[in-house]
Amino acid sequence: MDISSAVFLLIGSFLCVSGGLGILRFPDFYTRMHAVGVTETLATTMILIGLMLQNPDVLVLLKLVIILLMTLFISPTASHALASAAMQNKLMPVLDKNDANEKEASSNP
Amino acid sequence: MKDLFSIIMLLGIYSLLSACFFVAMDAVDVAFTEAAVGAGISTLLMLVAITMTGREENPSRHKPALALVVVTITGSLLIYGTLDMPYFGLAEDPVHLHVAPRYINDSMQEVGVPNIVTSVLASYRAFDTFGEVVVIFTAGMGVLALLSVVRLPRDIAKDISKIDAFNKCMHEEHLILRIVTKVLIPFILLFALYVQFHGDFGPGGGFQAGVIFAAAIILYTMLFGMNTARRVINQSLIQLLAAVGVLLYGSVGIVSLLNGKNFLDYNALSADPVAGQHLGILLIELGVGITVTAVMVIIFFNFAGRRIDQQNKENNDS
Repeated sequence: MDISSAVFLLIGSFLCVSGGLGILRFPDFYTRMHAVGVTETLATTMILIGLMLQNPDVLVLLKLVIILLMTLFISPTASHALASAAMQNKLMPVLDKNDANEKEASSNP
Repeated sequence: MKDLFSIIMLLGIYSLLSACFFVAMDAVDVAFTEAAVGAGISTLLMLVAITMTGREENPSRHKPALALVVVTITGSLLIYGTLDMPYFGLAEDPVHLHVAPRYINDSMQEVGVPNIVTSVLASYRAFDTFGEVVVIFTAGMGVLALLSVVRLPRDIAKDISKIDAFNKCMHEEHLILRIVTKVLIPFILLFALYVQFHGDFGPGGGFQAGVIFAAAIILYTMLFGMNTARRVINQSLIQLLAAVGVLLYGSVGIVSLLNGKNFLDYNALSADPVAGQHLGILLIELGVGITVTAVMVIIFFNFAGRRIDQQNKENNDS
């Protein structure tokens, strides 16, 4: 029980750290948001499962399940809202260099 | 820092961090309040405010040097003052010798509420809390007096067509957000009620519950539009509710006064002192919750409503 809980907690913390690394290292807004948005949901899930394995009390378990459900609902929605707000304000993703060159080439023949 | 938006965000992060700090110090009630009020609703209200004022700070016309000197002197005087205070956590602190042991030892027999913070806040220090509620009420009245928008019947008649247009546009753009919010709002309201009535047994109480309740209403307003929310939530009713909360709190005090005890002495409310305390705490927490909800909603509606009216005027002029 303790070992499996530790494994879950470790995976969760690793994902958190990698998400944090992503927000610092990635080039533009969308990739950064992608790094955090994707890892965060899984990391929270992993950490919460690890905590559930730590504590066999039913009431605590129930509360953790509710927190998990709420996170699964809210965090992807928040990422979606953030991305669509950025899109509406005409923030364009930075594209690959080749891609951008091709576009330029096709736009001024 | 000149960008007001990032200043507000930093303020929110600061509040959240200090909430974590309070949890680490075992002050769960304070942490809850800080997270709900400091990080949640005040960040939101300030964001609404900068949609009216604009995002950039005006260039300052004064020299900051004098202010810096004053702040440095005051700060060092305050730090000098703390040198005389007993060390943090020292067992011989006056507060640990007189006040705290009395609350910890006697509150269970006198008030009978497991959460000592609630019994201190709502029973021993009920008069202070009454003052806080009156302050919140006054803030709401101030916003109403300064910013309230007079709405004529023909404006209200126009709303219906606007609601349809708004719904159509929101339906296309924010479908996911609206559906998730629709699912979540009942749970937020339920959680607020839990916090309100569970305050005797765990962290929580009227202030936090009121803020959470108001947050649910504000979320609804953001996604379904000002006009829909104005139809759902009657403005004059909510202004009445703000007063009713304070009145409820005060009248509990008056009732105990009429029964021959001190102001806000709940022992007078029932034959059994502990039952009287329970009833009194329940009633005043309800009063606090009602007032806080109503005032937060009033502030948000008047801030946001004013901006919408400004936009409408600009559209009509152009």
